[in-house]
Amino acid sequence: MKIIYNGEQDARLYKKVLGGIIESLLKEDENVIYFDADLSNCIGTARLIQEYDRAINCGIAEANMIGIACGTAAVGFKPIVHTFGPFASRRVYDQIFLSGGYAQNPITVIGTDPGITAAFNGGTHMPFEDVALYRAIPGAVICDVTDITMLESFLRTAKDLPGVKYLRVGRKESYPVYAPGTELTIGKGNVLREGTDAVIIATGIMVHEAMEAAKKLAAEGVEAAVIDPYTVKPLDVELIRAWAAKTGAVVTAENHNKIGGLYSAVKEALEGEAKVGYVAVEDEFGEVGPQSYLRQRYDLTDEHIVRAVKETIARK
Amino acid sequence: MDNKQKLELEIFAAQIRIGVVEEMKARGFGHLGGSLSICDALAVLYGAVMHYDPKNPQWPDRDKLVSSKGHAGPAVYAALALKGFFPYEDILTLNQPGTSFPSHCDKNKTPGVDMTTGSLGQGTSLAVGMAVGDGIKGRPSRTYLIVGDGESNEGQVWEAAMFAAGKKVKNLFWLIDENKKQLDGTTDSVLPLFDLREKFEAFGFEALRVDGNDVEAVYNALTAPVGDRPRAIVLDTVKGRGIPEVEQMASNHSVTTDAETYDKWLAVLRAHLAELEERRS
Repeated sequence: MKIIYNGEQDARLYKKVLGGIIESLLKEDENVIYFDADLSNCIGTARLIQEYDRAINCGIAEANMIGIACGTAAVGFKPIVHTFGPFASRRVYDQIFLSGGYAQNPITVIGTDPGITAAFNGGTHMPFEDVALYRAIPGAVICDVTDITMLESFLRTAKDLPGVKYLRVGRKESYPVYAPGTELTIGKGNVLREGTDAVIIATGIMVHEAMEAAKKLAAEGVEAAVIDPYTVKPLDVELIRAWAAKTGAVVTAENHNKIGGLYSAVKEALEGEAKVGYVAVEDEFGEVGPQSYLRQRYDLTDEHIVRAVKETIARK
Repeated sequence: MDNKQKLELEIFAAQIRIGVVEEMKARGFGHLGGSLSICDALAVLYGAVMHYDPKNPQWPDRDKLVSSKGHAGPAVYAALALKGFFPYEDILTLNQPGTSFPSHCDKNKTPGVDMTTGSLGQGTSLAVGMAVGDGIKGRPSRTYLIVGDGESNEGQVWEAAMFAAGKKVKNLFWLIDENKKQLDGTTDSVLPLFDLREKFEAFGFEALRVDGNDVEAVYNALTAPVGDRPRAIVLDTVKGRGIPEVEQMASNHSVTTDAETYDKWLAVLRAHLAELEERRS
């Protein structure tokens, strides 16, 4: 596993690469079918809808889109659907749960703009609970995307898997962590940085914050490891327990409500190996503003991680 | 349709009704009214219209049936058993622990059931999706969707209808079992649906209304040549059809009763079947 993180932004935005990834999957696999709910222009897939009979715009009717997609799965297709995160989770929960999970119609769901990345769309569009909802679906696979390499790796793998697969990803900037072409393994976490005093377990946009926090901590003589679990579910329990035992201090970092997401998953996995702290949204609704403001507003910065690590180490 | 074929379908419908009541007798309760209202349409579909293979229930080119009103499972099970998908006595395990015959249709449990349904409204989108998928694959398959009138309170039903008409999903046949009652009372007393045929016409369907308990009328509506729009057929039916005492109940959605009563109802249905069989010979 080659880690290429250097703190610099990727020149490409997610929304500029998503369309290309989906098109390559449509080309490579005649059973892939793509659905959108009037947001194809937001991720660069509008052209696909014009050009492929396997790319369909369902209009602003997300519940129906999930059902249509699951119906095609029942006759042999591998549907990939996209809408914004809140509509890809809360709004269609019963459809995902029953038409997808319970009925065993495999479906891959892309929910864009997770948490504070919804920024100027504000509280109505800002899912802090989507991971919690998907975690409660038996057998679901959940990925909070770290970088473009992970995005592509996940979609390539997920389309062929049974059950419900959920990908939450922003539409804008990211910080490359994995070397292009890296194939990640569902359920297998990655150690991005070694350290003996604490371990930070981070997902999505918080991976970058965690790497920056680890640098700052190192400057103060605190060696924090960083783990990206890749999938929140299934979670790499073995890896997390090993690092918890090794360091005695675990801090989770997620762009999500403290309830039901990564922090909950890690707490459920541990059996007293370590003290556990967190950086997450404190059971609040979202609000409007630039992402730079929101990361301060909801305590989702590298500084907050530094503080949480120190506090957790102090409790050892 | 000639008289002979009509009689055979009426006999099949009568047998399905007996199956429904036998299933419920074995368990003591069940969704009786809405299972009995749809038996004639199921007899036409499985007896004369649909292409399928009981020995190969997953045959990709088969026609599919989605009972979005998943609680009509007992009627679907009886039809499938009578067509040889599984032994008839199996359906008498309805709702027993570990059964393959749950209250609501489940494609992963019951051979021949094409979609898992039960949460009202969801089967509509699933059926449209199956038709879309079969269309892209170039299969000759048609998907027959059965939706309850009460179920049509659900918003998802209308999202799916908008999609099916808007995208011209012509290999989809949308049947509405208009039996005029839902759990809490008549559809008019709970939430009036107005004229469902007109609604589907306005949504862009070729929309018909027929006597849904008349096998010939249902057959003709299903087999008329298809135009450039999907077809919706409002089946004017009676909830509890076939057992006068059940038809007259104010609430017959889910019925719990004793073996003696079930036997009384079975006697009514068997007498009707005997009459039909008499006409056959």
